[in-house]
Amino acid sequence: MADALPFRLRHWRLSAFLRDHAAVAAAAVLLIVAALAVFAPWTGAGDPYEANNALRNAPPGAGGHLLGTDQQGRDMLARLFWGGRVSLAVGVVPTLFASVIGLALGMLAGFARGIADQIIMRTLDVLFAFPMVLLAIAVAGVLTPGIVTEIVSITIVLIPYVGRLARTATLGVTSMPYIEAARAAGATQSAIVLRYVLPNVFSPIVVYATTLMGLMIVVGSGLSFLGLGVQPPVADWGAMVSDGRIVLRRAPHVTLLPGVVILAVSLAFNFLGDGLRDALDPRTARR
Amino acid sequence: MSDAVLDVRGLRTRFGPEKGGLVAVDGVSFMLRRGRTTALVGESGSGKSATAQSIMGLIDPPGRVTGGQVLYRGQDLLTLDEAAMREIRGARIGMVFQDPLTSLNPALSIGSQIAETITAHEDVSHAEAQRRAVQLLEHVGVADAARRAADYPHHFSGGMRQRALIAAAIACRPEIIIADEPTTALDVTVQAKILRLLHDLQQEMGASLLLITHDLGVVAAMADEVAVMYAGRVVEQADVDTLFHRPGHPYTRALLSCVMDIGDGRDTPLNPIAGAPPDLRTPPPGCRFAPRCPMAEAACLSWQPQDIAVSATHTVACRRVAEVLQDG
Repeated sequence: MADALPFRLRHWRLSAFLRDHAAVAAAAVLLIVAALAVFAPWTGAGDPYEANNALRNAPPGAGGHLLGTDQQGRDMLARLFWGGRVSLAVGVVPTLFASVIGLALGMLAGFARGIADQIIMRTLDVLFAFPMVLLAIAVAGVLTPGIVTEIVSITIVLIPYVGRLARTATLGVTSMPYIEAARAAGATQSAIVLRYVLPNVFSPIVVYATTLMGLMIVVGSGLSFLGLGVQPPVADWGAMVSDGRIVLRRAPHVTLLPGVVILAVSLAFNFLGDGLRDALDPRTARR
Repeated sequence: MSDAVLDVRGLRTRFGPEKGGLVAVDGVSFMLRRGRTTALVGESGSGKSATAQSIMGLIDPPGRVTGGQVLYRGQDLLTLDEAAMREIRGARIGMVFQDPLTSLNPALSIGSQIAETITAHEDVSHAEAQRRAVQLLEHVGVADAARRAADYPHHFSGGMRQRALIAAAIACRPEIIIADEPTTALDVTVQAKILRLLHDLQQEMGASLLLITHDLGVVAAMADEVAVMYAGRVVEQADVDTLFHRPGHPYTRALLSCVMDIGDGRDTPLNPIAGAPPDLRTPPPGCRFAPRCPMAEAACLSWQPQDIAVSATHTVACRRVAEVLQDG
């Protein structure tokens, strides 16, 4: 404890995270899922598009298919691996983009106040007024369907959420005495923004973004279901769930397996978010 | 007087909108002498902190300084632009705040925060600034400074945080230190140590200290000169002995009689000042203390206060000062 290295720097942040077993488990789950998705072609899981009409809706284990086949006789395991590529990309990439843009806009609004604040926040309010999925549909409808469209539309949907949180957090931070103390010490505006406001606004945004990732996998699935995201036969966990509903009674595993994966990944993102919150907040760190 | 490091003249600061706002600092004048300590005393809301913020140019809109001068080395700080003022803040005038808990950035290590002040004003490397931060921490009495510089504010106790804030305030060896209620948030035992530290540092650097406090005990221990503020105005100015032994303003007398003496028996009644400070949105037209003053006459309610010189170094803004002193 007290006899640690001369400069502990930020090691304790990692150690705080490692103490949170749920978060560590969640991170491990996500890493494994991501690895399987990224390395899908080399996992030996087979071709996700190869349809075997003779073996449709096969239960797990049948005919050499570890997790069975779907209603077109395609290997479920391969489709889950390949589907992970789309679903994780849709969950993670737009959230990262929206976090960066939303954080910048929200901090600008909260720090500059006045007219800049009004313009930014009223614009975001307009976006905010639309239901999340409706707005995504509107954006996706204008562009050609595909994964890029999906990423763009979800990014636009998320910006107001992150922007608002960032602005609120910025307002809270700028009213703290340490901001005035920094000014009294002669700090420049940019130093105050980068060294005093950003680090204190950063952790709630990271936590929020992490939990959003789980949700965005579900939203992305919805877009695919509506035909605005990736197009069949490309696999996507959400699309797999919606395809499987037709054979829900005969072959529940076609729906349940991707559903369980979405649930597990979403939960994992939430646990990861909790762990990050504790690890990123210096006040929760123990000595 | 030539040894004035900071000469505040007729400072006026208002908060809030033009209509419905209030004048928090209303024509405040006082002087800070080289190497000496001036205390600004008053109740909460009397404009002490607003005065300090005005000097530092830290009044946020819609509040603003509407009049007066703050002369530092013959230069009026109120006329400086933000960039020029930034070079004064932290470098020429260091400031120590009331609440050490919230005056430190929780996301930055103590050493980095002190180094931040140094790099803001001097062209030194980050490593050099860090090294000096450690020296400063040592200097203000933080044990094991090299290791503790890497700690974050929440690792520090209240007293240690205030030491760190003081270290940051003196990092560039300022000529003036403004300490706004530096010990109010601290334990009594720690208070004495922090005051001792401030005093020693001031002596050593030959700096002038503007000490803002409501604690007359602190004033007696630290100050050379005292300005007593009430409702945005300075009601009495004197050297510390005169103020304690020959107070000329009824408000000063009332403040002094509020102080408990350990020698007092339990039966000795406390003497709180009757009434409450005026609402500054609608200040009393005449002497602002008149509504609470035991010596007030009808004329006081319309008397426009002016500083009456009792001696060369003692001014009192009370039309009945002669009677107050006689009564003494």
